[in-house]
Amino acid sequence: MNRQRLRGLIRKEALQILRDPSSLLIAFLLPFILLIINGFGLSLDAHHMKLAAYVEGGGDVTSSLTEALGATPYLEVYWAPSGQAARAALDAGEVRGVLVLRQDFAARLARPARWPARAQLAVSATDPNTAALMAGYVEGAFGVWLSDVGTERALSVSGGAELEPRFWYNPELRSANFIVPGVIALVMSMTGTLLTALIVAREWERGTMESMLASPASMRELVGAKLITYFGLGMGSMAMSVLITIFVFGVPLRGGVLALCFTAALFLVFTLAQGLFISTLARNQFVAAQVAFLTTMMPAIMLSGMLFDIASMPGWLRALTYLFPARYFVAALQTIFLAGDVWPVLWPNLAGLAMAGLIGVVATLRVTRRRLD
Amino acid sequence: MSGLLARLEGLGYEFADGTTALDGLSAEIRPGVITGVVGPDAAGKTTLLRLLAGLLRPTRGRVEVLGGAPEAAHAATGYMPQRFGLYEDLTVGENLALFADLHNLTGAVRDERVAMLLEFTTLKPFTGRNAGKLSGGMKQKLGLACALLSKPKILLLDEPSVGVDPASRRELWRIVERMMAGGDMGVVWATSYLDEAERCAHVLLLHEGKLLAESAPGAFLAPLAGRVFRLDVAATERRHAVGRAKAQGGVLDALVEGDALRLVMAPGAPVPEAALLGGANLRAAPPRFEDGFVAALLQKAPELAVGELAPEPRRGARAADGPAIEVVGLTRRFGAFVAVDDVSFAIQRGEIFGLLGPNGAGKSTIFRMLCGLLRPSAGLARVAGRDLLRAASQARARLGYMAQKFSLYGELSVRRNLEFFAGAYGLRGAARAAAIARALRNFELESMTGTAAGALPLGVKQRLSLACALLHEPDILFLDEPTSGVDPLTRRAFWTRIGALADAGVTVLVTSHFMDEAEYCDRLAIVNAGQVVVVDTPAALRARVKTADKPEPTLEDAFIALTRREGAP
Amino acid sequence: MWGRIITLVMKELASLWADGKTRFVLLVPPLVQVIIFANAANYDVKHVPLCVWNEDLGVQSAELIRGFAGSEAFHIVGAVWSERQARTAIEDKQAVAVLHVGQDFSADILAGKTAPVQMLLDARRSNTALLASDYAAQIVALYNARLPGATPPPVVVSVSNLFNPALDSKWFILPGLVVILSLMMTVLVGALSLAREKELGTFEQMLVTPLTAPEIMLGKAIPAVIVGLAEANIVLVASLVLFGLPFAGHVWVLELCLVAFSLAGVGIGLAISAVTETQQQAILGVFVYAAPAIMISGYAAPVENMPKLLQWLSYTDPIRYMMVVARGLFLEDLPGRVVWGQVWPMMLIAAVLLGVATTLVRRAIA
Repeated sequence: MNRQRLRGLIRKEALQILRDPSSLLIAFLLPFILLIINGFGLSLDAHHMKLAAYVEGGGDVTSSLTEALGATPYLEVYWAPSGQAARAALDAGEVRGVLVLRQDFAARLARPARWPARAQLAVSATDPNTAALMAGYVEGAFGVWLSDVGTERALSVSGGAELEPRFWYNPELRSANFIVPGVIALVMSMTGTLLTALIVAREWERGTMESMLASPASMRELVGAKLITYFGLGMGSMAMSVLITIFVFGVPLRGGVLALCFTAALFLVFTLAQGLFISTLARNQFVAAQVAFLTTMMPAIMLSGMLFDIASMPGWLRALTYLFPARYFVAALQTIFLAGDVWPVLWPNLAGLAMAGLIGVVATLRVTRRRLD
Repeated sequence: MSGLLARLEGLGYEFADGTTALDGLSAEIRPGVITGVVGPDAAGKTTLLRLLAGLLRPTRGRVEVLGGAPEAAHAATGYMPQRFGLYEDLTVGENLALFADLHNLTGAVRDERVAMLLEFTTLKPFTGRNAGKLSGGMKQKLGLACALLSKPKILLLDEPSVGVDPASRRELWRIVERMMAGGDMGVVWATSYLDEAERCAHVLLLHEGKLLAESAPGAFLAPLAGRVFRLDVAATERRHAVGRAKAQGGVLDALVEGDALRLVMAPGAPVPEAALLGGANLRAAPPRFEDGFVAALLQKAPELAVGELAPEPRRGARAADGPAIEVVGLTRRFGAFVAVDDVSFAIQRGEIFGLLGPNGAGKSTIFRMLCGLLRPSAGLARVAGRDLLRAASQARARLGYMAQKFSLYGELSVRRNLEFFAGAYGLRGAARAAAIARALRNFELESMTGTAAGALPLGVKQRLSLACALLHEPDILFLDEPTSGVDPLTRRAFWTRIGALADAGVTVLVTSHFMDEAEYCDRLAIVNAGQVVVVDTPAALRARVKTADKPEPTLEDAFIALTRREGAP
Repeated sequence: MWGRIITLVMKELASLWADGKTRFVLLVPPLVQVIIFANAANYDVKHVPLCVWNEDLGVQSAELIRGFAGSEAFHIVGAVWSERQARTAIEDKQAVAVLHVGQDFSADILAGKTAPVQMLLDARRSNTALLASDYAAQIVALYNARLPGATPPPVVVSVSNLFNPALDSKWFILPGLVVILSLMMTVLVGALSLAREKELGTFEQMLVTPLTAPEIMLGKAIPAVIVGLAEANIVLVASLVLFGLPFAGHVWVLELCLVAFSLAGVGIGLAISAVTETQQQAILGVFVYAAPAIMISGYAAPVENMPKLLQWLSYTDPIRYMMVVARGLFLEDLPGRVVWGQVWPMMLIAAVLLGVATTLVRRAIA
């Protein structure tokens, strides 16, 4: 590498970034929008799930139960006048579930002999996750109610095991805490790839690539200058994303800034190289866009563990996820943000990222030959 | 190395899709002189230059630059690609600094060389301006300066003069010749302007990837001595005289040139008789490069000669009273920039009217406003008595349009393209079938109905474009730079067709930056810097600039003189 | 007028089909996505890796742990012997949960006292943690019920999962994918068809023909709708055949709704291409639109969970409505009244967007 040439090329890239707003938009506006929309939009925290409830035959409802169900912030209970009304509300999608108290519910509760009071919960499982959560919350509400009533009337069974869950790292159980760091990975893989892919496409379109290739600058200098300059821009974009994560979404950063920077740097090298690679290979825009989508956005959402647990995927798909560096980045980010610098977890992921970056750069240098054919 | 800059041996290049760009080229590039690579578009000029620059690797044969592989000679090569290869959002100074860094220029040498080039190119006052904001001519000079920074031994220029005005073109030649003075830099200059070939020391004439001839321009023209004549004809008779002359035996080529007919006779053919051709004052003329090119092409590929044309259906006199096209005070602003400034003219029915000017002069903007593609900021543009922007779609059914770029559907077959445009113009059933059959026959496309339009040779693409524009027998035909880049024979065939259309009563509006082509028009509007400088017949325009030292000025001379005179206060 | 529109439609379809790469892109990536999405996208909590920290030597704790071992929800991966080891196991992601049974457990149970059991959960993935603790509570309740002398609980809540009894995530994801993929294709085809014509210069050629702006728009919209419908049906057939999804409603209702939905998609695509100059910008525009639009549609997470602002915004998102229709028709034979309630907003959005796009194209002409 010739230092003067490299410096000249970096200065050129930097001037272009400053003059042409499109790369600044990709580096800062796009991550901002994606983080905000995904961070708020991808919430698995079900609050105020609507539940219709009624008593068969229109019997009385125990007022303490009404209170208990109304007290939980997770449920919003609507006491329906009849079974038809509740069912209609469910069909229309106005409520997610229907709770039916048997006609003799109150009566049996008053005489807790051999027959338990019965209630039936029907949830719409078109969204199975929300359905499972709702079932859990309803059962939980009943449990709380019973223990209150139990202490009053000595109803509850004494003895037996009692489960005390302790939620580590995320005691409030906010899904944003694990989703938003994952969204950073999505955002960085998109911006990193788009930045270089579009920039190279522009050089081809405007014919400047041709004069660069005919100059004494070597491929390593041309690729290197782009990587270095856009690396700086990408790190700026990363810094902004981290600040949004911490201050807008309130996700705690328990690990060190150094580990975070290092992880981000490794991932950024890979995505920038990937963008260069795609744009060099696929000059056809339509195909390039599809390839970019298939290899960045989709794996980052589906196969990275950002949203869906890799552990519950089928084996062949689990094996496939190892091919996408987003997986390592998401795992590392979630650890650094929520658990801290847990090196036994970080090392393998960092190694995966470093390997991917190396392969990306080498592959890019391989395919960007100094010729047009 | 024996004093050679580059040597080509049986050089061939095939694209990945199998089309041949260059076929068996052998030649030598010498230092200290300009070697012209001359030919129409798709002749292989750009491919040859890219091979010399090491940007492509030959699929056959060998190319050697400075005694080695072209890649190894990058430090001694200056290369200016077709679109100049400048970073448009960097300033003039920053572009030069980048290329200086790329060539490792430092200290005093660097400052001195940058200063010299800024002075040569007169770009010094614009050092701080973005390259994208320069005019076409200035961009071209900056591209040249960047290529010259390293003091290359071999300078490759890919069509540097395309689309710039004649004055800038002349300046470019001056700069290159000045840089060459006293050194041994060799220049390879690719061009489709045949008149530029005459300024080169050595010419490689390319056509469809093959080397048609390789010699000094003089040697190339020697066999034509005594075979080229000029014949005065009446201005109204010029187009018919061409037809008559071509029908004569022994006439290889005939074309309109000013007030005269230019004739190139076949080898050994007798001197033609003026009276028989309907003209007077037959005299010998010095052969030009284009004459040589046409003669060489016809010798290699006689089938390219223009055959008989089917007669065009005569257009009825529909709006016989008014002018076909009328423009009053037409103005178009883009922000603060006035692209077209208060332009007025009128075009009569059956007239071929040319808008002549360099790129960026505003002729395309006028043209687009006339077609209803662009809204005027002020003034009126009426076609067949109607404003196309407001007129119903029926009004558009009376005009045909052929865009500058090939703008048919490249992925669709010839027949599908014709079917689409027939349908778009509302032709259906038997009328549509008949129109398509006629177009296929008249434009000699019958043998390639199934070929994808994008895969056709350039000349055939142009025929297909015209065929699509004429399917519905329009009264008015708009042609935007119809012949840019095609070879002279195809261009002759094209103008013969246009002449026949005008004779059938079709009004033709054509834009061009080829000065010689404007001779085919009945009247011309010279457009410069957004204004119509003058409207007149070609003969009258030339007569305006006739002086004692230039008794027979060309339209290019007229253009330079008129734009300078009108432009200066 | 219809003759000219048919001419345009035929030309568009021929263009799309003529290009091998486009053909590939229309067929292959969607299938790849169906297979990957259907398998990857699940919130199922099964086989949660569990470590056991059992300080109790009695039979009772062994009985409780057998309950966990026998459950589908958990998968016991090992044992730990101290808080430090428990912490390491969770930090290193060897286990998501640690079940801690104290040394007095058996004694307490036998004495009829309440015996606390701790469950340490890695709540980084809050959703998994929450569901895992629910499952654990069920296992403990079952254990309690089997204790000798246990009185039956005073209240029994039995849960039935309607429409998707096995809580299979595929049943949730695939109907959504029908919607997403058909939208992506209609928007992309709509956006690119006009952008390509602009880039190649054929747009101007078309504008000087007698074709009017509404004719051009219809000529562009119809092929995109056809492609969108084809795409939706590929996913539909794949869902029914490869993944065995039920289809409770009527297919023709779905197809009709898809037409309304695709028209809205085309409107978006054409509006994007009216304001962009090149295909590259158009593609970028499609992604900038699609990424947030998919997110706020309820495809991946319920709309009710979002902040109010995004919920309001989602009313302008045609995907939101179609998502309800597709899931409803696949799984529960949505009543006609409800379907109509989703269809008219889509039609309104389509009408507005197509109107906007036509205006934009008209303006692009001038």
